[in-house]
Amino acid sequence: MERRNARPTREIVVPGDVLDETGMKPGENAYVQDGKVRASVTGVRNVFQNTVGVIPLKGCYMPKSGDTVIGVINDIGPSNWMVDINAPYPAPLHVSEVPWKVEFGDTSKYLGIGNVVIIKILSVDESRKIQVTMKDSGLRRITGGRVVTIPCSKVSRVIGKSGTMISMLKNMTDCRITVGQNGRIWIDGDDENCDVAAEAIAMIESKAQSGNLTDAVKDFIGSRLPQNEYGYQEE
Amino acid sequence: MSGHTDMVLVDENGMRIDGRTAEQHRPIKIEAGVLDNADGSAYVEIGKNKVLAAVYGPRECHPRHLQDPTKAIVQCKYNMETYSVSDRKRPGPDRRSIEISKIISEALEKVVLTELYPRASIDVYIEILQANAGTRCAGLTAASVALADAGIPMRDIVPAIAAGKADGHVLLDLNKEEDNYGQADVPIAIVPSTDEIVLLQMDGNMTREEFDHAIDLAVNACHEVYDLQRDALKRRYSAKKGEVSE
Amino acid sequence: MSVEMMSEIKRDHMMKLIEAGTREDGRGLADVRKIEVETGLIESADGSAKVKIGKTVVMAGVKIIPGTPFPDTPNIGVLTTGAELIPMAHPSFESGPPGEDAIELARVVDRGIRESGMVDVEALCIVPGEEVWMCFVDIYAINHDGNLFDAANLAAVCALKDATIPGEQYGKGENKPLPITCTPISITEAKIGNHLIVDPNFDEEQISSARLTVTTDDNGNFRAMQKGGRGSITLDELSQCLDRAVEKGIEIRKIIG
Repeated sequence: MERRNARPTREIVVPGDVLDETGMKPGENAYVQDGKVRASVTGVRNVFQNTVGVIPLKGCYMPKSGDTVIGVINDIGPSNWMVDINAPYPAPLHVSEVPWKVEFGDTSKYLGIGNVVIIKILSVDESRKIQVTMKDSGLRRITGGRVVTIPCSKVSRVIGKSGTMISMLKNMTDCRITVGQNGRIWIDGDDENCDVAAEAIAMIESKAQSGNLTDAVKDFIGSRLPQNEYGYQEE
Repeated sequence: MSGHTDMVLVDENGMRIDGRTAEQHRPIKIEAGVLDNADGSAYVEIGKNKVLAAVYGPRECHPRHLQDPTKAIVQCKYNMETYSVSDRKRPGPDRRSIEISKIISEALEKVVLTELYPRASIDVYIEILQANAGTRCAGLTAASVALADAGIPMRDIVPAIAAGKADGHVLLDLNKEEDNYGQADVPIAIVPSTDEIVLLQMDGNMTREEFDHAIDLAVNACHEVYDLQRDALKRRYSAKKGEVSE
Repeated sequence: MSVEMMSEIKRDHMMKLIEAGTREDGRGLADVRKIEVETGLIESADGSAKVKIGKTVVMAGVKIIPGTPFPDTPNIGVLTTGAELIPMAHPSFESGPPGEDAIELARVVDRGIRESGMVDVEALCIVPGEEVWMCFVDIYAINHDGNLFDAANLAAVCALKDATIPGEQYGKGENKPLPITCTPISITEAKIGNHLIVDPNFDEEQISSARLTVTTDDNGNFRAMQKGGRGSITLDELSQCLDRAVEKGIEIRKIIG
């Protein structure tokens, strides 16, 4: 078993590449043809339990029910707003899904084009019609700070195992950071700290495949904002 | 096809005017990820052909009446730049470009996992910067790499190449003179994991044996092109990973 | 990927930086991005150039063909400039014939080249009254990150400087370089709030109210100008742009040699 699976860890594969011929089951982004498991996207070969699949290196955000995302209002109708959530599909936000009582035709008084909102995906049907809401706790319009966008395949790296990376980022930079599943991240705090947080996130994005990333990022922030290091607690 | 020349395209030793044998393709260069805004992109040179391909998508489908509620559509636009050919081409799509756009879209729809993105569109743009016969094959080769570069799910990457006939010899990968003055041209594209054909055209005059020989040459060459396509993608993403210490 | 909407958060952040005299990429308000030029890359063209200004990439090619002169200028060559904003350059670009943006771009570049006399059109006569060389310059935007005007102008100018009249191809004498007399350079500034910034990138263009493109020749004389956008420019702002256009024009001429 060991010798047959002597393939490099973190091997880059492209669509059509054979991932396994020993009878493993296809995982994410893989399919079976003639008894062979093949990749269906460009990414890193990934073995998980008895399946083999691919972690994509690129790819757009596909909305899933329950996701919290950061969106931008890009159109207004008399009883809804259209939200750009960085996905191939538009997300309509209906007046019944916001915390205000909005009269028909008054929508622009509450949210305007270009406003940034934190919303949640309620449902996605088979033809990818999406429904979103802004009525849960933590969901609202946001202003100030800045929004950075990373590929959604890197979002889990920014959050880290059990949230270790994101907690460390927040503590060390003393910024509020909200990570949207759609790859958009809102950073709010004092200007210089926000700059460092944004750079730290860019660092995670470019080095997402490496080991010891948490330490490297911690060192980076420590070197830029030394005064925060004393307040940091090890998880 | 069907121009006349006194030029000898293939001499008595089987050598072609650019020094190749009947079974050799022109030098090929492929690079992935060459454009910043596009979701995926590729640059391909085959001999003197220079081709750029870019992909946007999946994204909202425009025009809306073309939306398919069960799957994404692949819209490909093939365009030759005015200075890509020796007689300046008037800008804008002509009937040839429209036909080529259509057959390339059809070839790609067969491998892209379009059911994952209903109602969306995957837009592929192919620009021919310099042409020297075989541009539709070079364009499809580039488009496949651009799709994989964009992270679009597909069964396989599609290589394409043309074979044909000139001076009575069956030849692989015709150059401009062989295409202009030769007797047949057969562009073909395959799915390498199954050898299914997703693009095939032929014009000219060939016997069954000649055609079979041409297909044989072209399909084998497609597998070589496929290795170059994969290599281009791996180099692109290893370079990205290379910023990283393991 | 959807077209990334300019959010108010981004707009506010950029305005804040500009008020403080800096920009998102760290440039000062009067700094031009890195310029890279490659010429002669397309053999099928009679002259070609690929220009990068930051991440904006524009290609231009020249085709020179014998043709009939205009009746009112029987001994003078013809110069025509076209531009296409092809869809690969930006997610918001659609397929189709050139729209008003592409047409304006082509005409502004054309004006700078024509009014400066860059191409010696009198030397393009083949048979007086009957045949002259026609010079077609075709510009393609390949990646749009702002300031297509300056990138397109530079690509067209470098392609013309690289061009050879293909006399041999048409049996009209030997090949010789296209006769060039000068190098017109355009400098574009965008107005954001009360500030003018040189060489705007795409995001900066999105939040700007007006744009001014100024083309100078090698002697610092003005050859063409175009104001664009729905906002306005004050006389003081105009004066500042003119000064900077001359200064930056000299810098860029040095880069392209």
